[in-house]
Amino acid sequence: MERLNPQSRRDPYGSRINRRESTLLAYGLPWATILVGSLAPWLPIIAPAPVLPPLGFLLLLAWRLLRPGLLPTWAGLPLGLFDDLYSGQPMGSGVLLFSLALIIIELIEIRFPWRNFWLDWLTAAGIIVPYIVTAALISGAEPTPVQLAAIAPQILLSVILFPIIARIVAMLDRLRLMRVRRID
Amino acid sequence: MAPPAHRRSGVNRKAQLGVFTGYVVAGLGVLFGAALLTISLLRPETFNGLRTMASDAAAPIGVVGAEGRTGAQGVFEAIAGYYRAGSRNAELEEEARIARVRLAEAEAVRQENARLKAVLGLATDNTEPVAVARLIGSTSSSARRLGYISAGRNHGVRPGMPVTSPMGLVGRVLEAGAVSSRVLLLTDSESMVPVRRATDNVVAFAEGRSDGSLRLRLVNLGINPIKPGDVFVTSGAGGLFRPGTAVAIATEITRDGAIAQLVSNPAATDVVVVEPIWQPEAVDTLQGRSPDSSPAPAG
Repeated sequence: MERLNPQSRRDPYGSRINRRESTLLAYGLPWATILVGSLAPWLPIIAPAPVLPPLGFLLLLAWRLLRPGLLPTWAGLPLGLFDDLYSGQPMGSGVLLFSLALIIIELIEIRFPWRNFWLDWLTAAGIIVPYIVTAALISGAEPTPVQLAAIAPQILLSVILFPIIARIVAMLDRLRLMRVRRID
Repeated sequence: MAPPAHRRSGVNRKAQLGVFTGYVVAGLGVLFGAALLTISLLRPETFNGLRTMASDAAAPIGVVGAEGRTGAQGVFEAIAGYYRAGSRNAELEEEARIARVRLAEAEAVRQENARLKAVLGLATDNTEPVAVARLIGSTSSSARRLGYISAGRNHGVRPGMPVTSPMGLVGRVLEAGAVSSRVLLLTDSESMVPVRRATDNVVAFAEGRSDGSLRLRLVNLGINPIKPGDVFVTSGAGGLFRPGTAVAIATEITRDGAIAQLVSNPAATDVVVVEPIWQPEAVDTLQGRSPDSSPAPAG
């Protein structure tokens, strides 16, 4: 029999017959990826200077900007706490900065409910730069001009890396909504 | 993407309250974070237990990564074997560099020996390492320079112990967990190591600059005797670090000392040795005299 709509049985998210999205995957994947991003200090990169972008924070921003409402506003508290355990920052710096970032995005979202790629990137850059500078200032080390110069490459790298992270998150978002659960 | 419809509360009182509660909880998160931050800045050791537990839990990932790093090096070396000529040259240069450091260290040890024998009639003996560990990670995105090693209290590691590599000093243990420890690397801006020139007794402090280099500050100000290329070794002042371990090579002369490059770059280090504190009694006495000083500045 000729099919009327080729999409009626299968679409990019998997089979449409007898399959549903997994709740665990749909809600857990953003949290899991951000937590894994926070484990970046365990990468076998022993850096003599801060060079690696704060991956956990970038992933948080990307998820938040891509899917408003998926992460609750208070998500900064647990995610920041976990980030603090490994980032080398004093305890509480991640909690403070992650929560502030989420509130600021919320306020930006009220202003601009519909955003495009450039506005998202601008928003992210406008949050990443103060994040890295503030994190360096409250790291417990004496803030010297040398130190502030040393984080410049990291800032640049993080801002440039954000669209790539956002794209990876978009791919993960497709994975998140795959129909993997069988309905019996 | 636009926010979902249920976020636009409109006149729905319940939705309004939900949005409001979200803000309140997020605000509480900010306050909680600020409070935590204040506590951990004023008393940095408060959360050591929590952190060491967390790093113990994650250490296996780091160990796998570190093994991967070594393995990958093996693979690349095998490939590089086909293009040997250039890398051979680099290898020999590296060897010559190590030999230069060794020579300077030997010179320092000889001097140390002569001085001690002359003054006390004692000879320095080789210290037994506490543990041999892998450098499995570092805080590569924070402004602080801390590393993680794969040995902890179970292996006898205690806070304060010096961590060295075959090339020279790497840092010292800041917090020791059960199977992993955090190491304050030399380049951290809170790290300070008493050093002297390998060839004579020009003493200085080596402070981290958190951009990968060290700042040497002379103890005796006056005419700056340092020349580019001078090797500095630990002086043993303060009792924490065994004297004669290579630390840095001066590259650029400043008004009160020099900018120096690390001899033992942690990026090129795989296996490290945790050594016992050189003079535990002296360290105890010094810390007993000023118990409120944070563990950061050594010596």
